[in-house]
Amino acid sequence: MIEIENLSKSFTLHNQGGAVIPVMQGANLRVDAGECAALVGASGAGKSTLMRMIWGNYLAQTGSIRVGGVDLVTAAPRDILALRRETLGYVSQFLRVVPRVSTVDVVAEPLLTLGTPRPDARARAEALLARLNIPKRLWSLSPTTFSGGEQQRVNIARGFIHPYPALLLDEPTASLDAANREVVLSLIEEAKARGAAIIGIFHDEAARARLCDRLIDVTGFTPKAAA
Amino acid sequence: MSRIEKITPAPLLSVRNLSKRYGSRIGCTDVSFDLWPGEVLGIVGESGSGKSTLLSCLAGHLAPDGGEVVFATVNGPQDTLRMSEPDRRRLARTDWAFVHQNPRDGLRMGVTAGGNVGERLMAVGTRNYGSIRDAATDWLGRVEIDANRIDDRPSAFSGGMQQRLQIARNLVTGPRLVFMDEPTGGLDVSVQARLLDLLRGLVREMGLSAIIVTHDLAVVRLLADRLMVMKSGHVVEQGLTDQVLDDPQHPYTQLLVSSVLQV
Amino acid sequence: MTDQSYNFAYLDEQTKRMIRRAILKAVAVPGYQVPFASREMPMPYGWGTGGVQVTAACLMPEDVLKVIDQGADDTTNAVSIRKFFQRTAGVATTEATSEATIIQTRHRIPEQALTAGQILVYQVPIPEPLRFLEPRETETRKMHSLEEYGLMHVKLYEDIARHGSIATAYAYPVKVEGRYVMDPSPIPKFDNPKLSDSPALQLFGAGREQRIYAVPPFTRVVSLDFDDHPFDPSKAPHDCDLCGASESYLDEVITDDSGGRMFVCSDTDFCRTRREAGHAGRLGEAQFSSKKIANSFEGICPPTGDEA
Repeated sequence: MIEIENLSKSFTLHNQGGAVIPVMQGANLRVDAGECAALVGASGAGKSTLMRMIWGNYLAQTGSIRVGGVDLVTAAPRDILALRRETLGYVSQFLRVVPRVSTVDVVAEPLLTLGTPRPDARARAEALLARLNIPKRLWSLSPTTFSGGEQQRVNIARGFIHPYPALLLDEPTASLDAANREVVLSLIEEAKARGAAIIGIFHDEAARARLCDRLIDVTGFTPKAAA
Repeated sequence: MSRIEKITPAPLLSVRNLSKRYGSRIGCTDVSFDLWPGEVLGIVGESGSGKSTLLSCLAGHLAPDGGEVVFATVNGPQDTLRMSEPDRRRLARTDWAFVHQNPRDGLRMGVTAGGNVGERLMAVGTRNYGSIRDAATDWLGRVEIDANRIDDRPSAFSGGMQQRLQIARNLVTGPRLVFMDEPTGGLDVSVQARLLDLLRGLVREMGLSAIIVTHDLAVVRLLADRLMVMKSGHVVEQGLTDQVLDDPQHPYTQLLVSSVLQV
Repeated sequence: MTDQSYNFAYLDEQTKRMIRRAILKAVAVPGYQVPFASREMPMPYGWGTGGVQVTAACLMPEDVLKVIDQGADDTTNAVSIRKFFQRTAGVATTEATSEATIIQTRHRIPEQALTAGQILVYQVPIPEPLRFLEPRETETRKMHSLEEYGLMHVKLYEDIARHGSIATAYAYPVKVEGRYVMDPSPIPKFDNPKLSDSPALQLFGAGREQRIYAVPPFTRVVSLDFDDHPFDPSKAPHDCDLCGASESYLDEVITDDSGGRMFVCSDTDFCRTRREAGHAGRLGEAQFSSKKIANSFEGICPPTGDEA
């Protein structure tokens, strides 16, 4: 489902004397449907960078990133948009939304863009929010005022409302209490069971051990010269 | 099934080598891009970068010196620059819409809110007062203006309401392509957020395509699927909005992104 | 200066030719505003300089001229224009609608139906019906040429939104032969139906604005409206107090300081003809002119039985 070959990436800082900073070289990995892989490595090793490249957020210099048959390195923007809409889900650590939109609508949005009727999309969103223990009185408020843990759960709800065949999870259990952590872990297990290919960054080692079939150490992808 | 795949797999707007000079100065030059149904394209750049010139050329308000602007009309793709004027004007009041930065440029200030919204309907031949009134009421509701303001003139409205009224006036005939020139400029931030949310909802529900010119990177991040960065009349970079903003490649884009004040 | 020093009907031949060409073009394109090089006339703008030039360009020595102002033959504007042509063209004049071959009018169409061969010349203050909503002349000309008339309905919409019905009572916009939207000059909307399918030629002259337009005989003229707010050519719900006519357009005349008033036909020739035929209204001894009746209420002169 997700297949990466010979991927490399460097940043060129034109406004700082044109400094070139290589951050990745010769990355290869493959995650099949129903499989969950964890990216590991020290801070700064490139876990988030790799994740962002798979999401299409960072450009690659060479190689290929295939998700469901689309190569993100060469794909046109609209193909990446279609991929994000239908195939590839992403739970980031940050919540970026229009300030006054209600939490229910924020969560329902991925379904609305897919053309799901609004009542159905909202019903699904409410079910997920309830499961993630977001108090009902918050549903009509904008999540921008929520606590970190609540925002995290809103992000998770957004990422799980559509059964994406491929999922990217950036620290999904960070800043969650035990009960909510359990809910999120079972959501991930359900996604795995329905055949989603999952790549995640988990600092929560117990979660990693419970969910992941494989660990991928991104230190191996760090350019030797720069390291 | 996605919204995009339900529609024909052809670009809604194909722009090729569009150029406009003001004497020896470059307005914009060699601009080419495709806009697909349902897509929102942001055009950013500093003042004088040619983004407004480009928008005016695209919308037919300004005659470019060369290039093509091919629009997928109901009768197939047509170069709007070579269309007859009546055809282009008809397009401008049916399939196209233009939202001005200053609502005073896009509204009739001496005409009531209902008349402003109804004008495009009357222009395409609606001759039933009741149905015009119903459509106007419906649209005022959709842009969150109280229905009992329908007989007030826009001069009695706040800036944000005027801008929303302008949007209602433009969208009432169900256009497929909307040009927006700094739609949130001149509004305070809380009103901006409301307008952005409204625009996102309308774009999604109506399957609209939009081209938005702005210098506000926060606006494009929330509204635009794709981004085009202009400098001195040239497009220096284009791509997915979040990719251009988070991993800018061109020196100018890097400067632009790093210059934004963080809140 | 003697009367002989004028060319026939005042205008020099070059001007007359220019205006006749404009009239021919206007007749050929019904409702279209033809620009023309309006001349200075020996009267102020607003007193019918456009109508006078059109009348002068149409007049032949054998014509019989009638001039009315708001339907009346005997008000200042009508009298001075009539005298002007008596002096400069020496044509016969009349107050009888049926006897006239050319009728110059300000803001009315005579009650008596016009006949083939007659020419009705309207004095027009502002020929552009779109003017008040779109002040740019470049834009209104484009709107006419491209038949973009949605804006005209915006004006009617505004009327209904504000007043509950179309409140425009005069200069009510019309569409001519399914093509051009036209300002019929400030005639009451009561007169609008008479514009359509008239056997007479109708010419419109705007002197200050330098436009001439026309409705040729038997041309379809439709008043704009909405399906659910149809055009209504209403008038005051009274009969004429002098001649008793129920179907004519009425003027309201205030007769004293204590609320007294009377309604009289605005068309003086129509009213007099009826009274001469023996019709009488509420105040009506037959044979009184409306002016004399009005004067009598102010005690200026007592009504007498004979017509001056």
